[in-house]
Amino acid sequence: MTKTVTDVICPFCGTLCDDLEVVVSDDGKKLLEVYNACVIGTEKFLHSQSKDRVTRPRLHQPDGTWKEISYDDAVEYTAQMLAKAKKPLMYGWSSTNCEAQSVGNEIAEMSRACCDNTAAVCHGTTLIAVQDIGIPSCTLGEIKNRADRIIFWGCNPAHAHPRHMSRYSIFPRGFFTGKGQMSRKMVVVDPRVTDTAKMADVHLQIEQGRDYELLNALRVALNNEWLPDVVAGISKEKIREVADMMKSGRFGIIFFGMGVTQSLSKNHNIDEAIALTKHLNEFTKFSIMPMRGHYNVTGSGEVFAWQFGFPYSVDLTRGFARYNPGDSSSVDLLIRGEVDAMFTIGSDPGAHFPISAVKQIANVPSVCIDPHLTPTSGVSKLHVPVAFNGVETGGNCYRMDNVPIDCRKVVEPPEGMLTDEQFLIKVRDRLKQLKGVA
Amino acid sequence: MATIQVNLISGRSVQQGVAIEGGKEKPAYRTAAGIIELDPSDLKKLGAWKSTNVRVTSDYGNVVVKAIETTQGPHPGLAFIPMGPWANTIINPNTYSTGMPTFKGTPVKVEVAMNEHVLLGIELVQKSCGVK
Repeated sequence: MTKTVTDVICPFCGTLCDDLEVVVSDDGKKLLEVYNACVIGTEKFLHSQSKDRVTRPRLHQPDGTWKEISYDDAVEYTAQMLAKAKKPLMYGWSSTNCEAQSVGNEIAEMSRACCDNTAAVCHGTTLIAVQDIGIPSCTLGEIKNRADRIIFWGCNPAHAHPRHMSRYSIFPRGFFTGKGQMSRKMVVVDPRVTDTAKMADVHLQIEQGRDYELLNALRVALNNEWLPDVVAGISKEKIREVADMMKSGRFGIIFFGMGVTQSLSKNHNIDEAIALTKHLNEFTKFSIMPMRGHYNVTGSGEVFAWQFGFPYSVDLTRGFARYNPGDSSSVDLLIRGEVDAMFTIGSDPGAHFPISAVKQIANVPSVCIDPHLTPTSGVSKLHVPVAFNGVETGGNCYRMDNVPIDCRKVVEPPEGMLTDEQFLIKVRDRLKQLKGVA
Repeated sequence: MATIQVNLISGRSVQQGVAIEGGKEKPAYRTAAGIIELDPSDLKKLGAWKSTNVRVTSDYGNVVVKAIETTQGPHPGLAFIPMGPWANTIINPNTYSTGMPTFKGTPVKVEVAMNEHVLLGIELVQKSCGVK
């Protein structure tokens, strides 16, 4: 016999879908099928069951082989590494729960580390812009029930947040949006004709990197003032059409992604997008929301901000929290060679940092805490596999609209495996002994 | 052999998302992210068949990937490598004091490299870092 667990939370993207159904074996040890999830979420649940999974910590040997060690030895290695380091970098946190992040922050404080989450290569520039000028935002539930103008700017939810459009933004029939997608106008701004753009009422195929100009031109069009014939590759007629479409809605939302945060003007693009949202509120109700990537990157920002006062790029080396992106941010710290130990958890900088930064990870003592084999584990000295958060252990996570949702445990981890939180608690306790902290 | 200049961006594709959850040590990750999506007109200028291996070079490095015809085009002059170690070998790492590397908008040169092969993800990073 099998049993079905309902209302399971998907630990992949910031949409944090909460309607999955997972079929598990009667003894709760095997995960058999996944319903309602997107193709990526399904793969995440099913991969936890793979036969070739690494279940014990491993030390990297000079000849490229791996030596299996116990969790206690791994705790000792990690605590010693952090105790000896002058400026360790503790990076990641976005694929684990808030409870583990909080324990991690205790460790960071004791070891006077630099702490950063994956916002560093995702929505870090958004956080800078929000600190600059604030953010008029809302929840995804409000969008489902009210929004009739949906703008996707530099994001491609058809690929990156596969169920976002069906659960919240385009298709659902909400309280005031009873006709589903018929009651909404969809605008996509992207230099490629993405699969999201193909569904849009209007696609603005912008010249790559010209987002600031186009956002600014839309504000000019809102005021009915003079525009050049073409801005960022878009004709002025088209810009006025989109500005009128935005103004004529009852409730609009701008979702934005890596297209604006990673292009050259970075935080200034988002400054302007937020200013456009503010401007639109002179005509109708408008909100703006970043399309957060990892399922708990928002939670990591919340926990950092709650405990240290800043959402990412926190430097504790002086014994108190400092925040100065460009100086205290992971990529810059690594490229400048300032870090003397690397602690990675719940993310993969090896694959997603520029290679010049990854080379520094390989140069220093390093621990990678991750259930998967990754490029980061491949260049780290110690790889500690842990239980999959959201599959084999529960815990608190934050959706992209800052709504906290408790993840559910659906299946037992392989025998003897620790969760992130259990491993971090052991490291914290050992570090306390080493540092002589009561 | 012809060489073309294009503007490179990187980002998520659903195939890349499935591959990272399926295991980055597997060849499926290379199939999903060790590619460069080019516009048909750029492929023609390059004089390459679809699915030819190419070397992509920027000011920051070079990498061998498989050139495929874009599925989300047309976008002449623009090239797309899904996020991952292949893209990150050549993107602009400068953060300009924001903490964020410039993952989108790196000018690159593409040339046919038919006899070279595309490395696996972990293999590529280990080789670049001089780790076995």
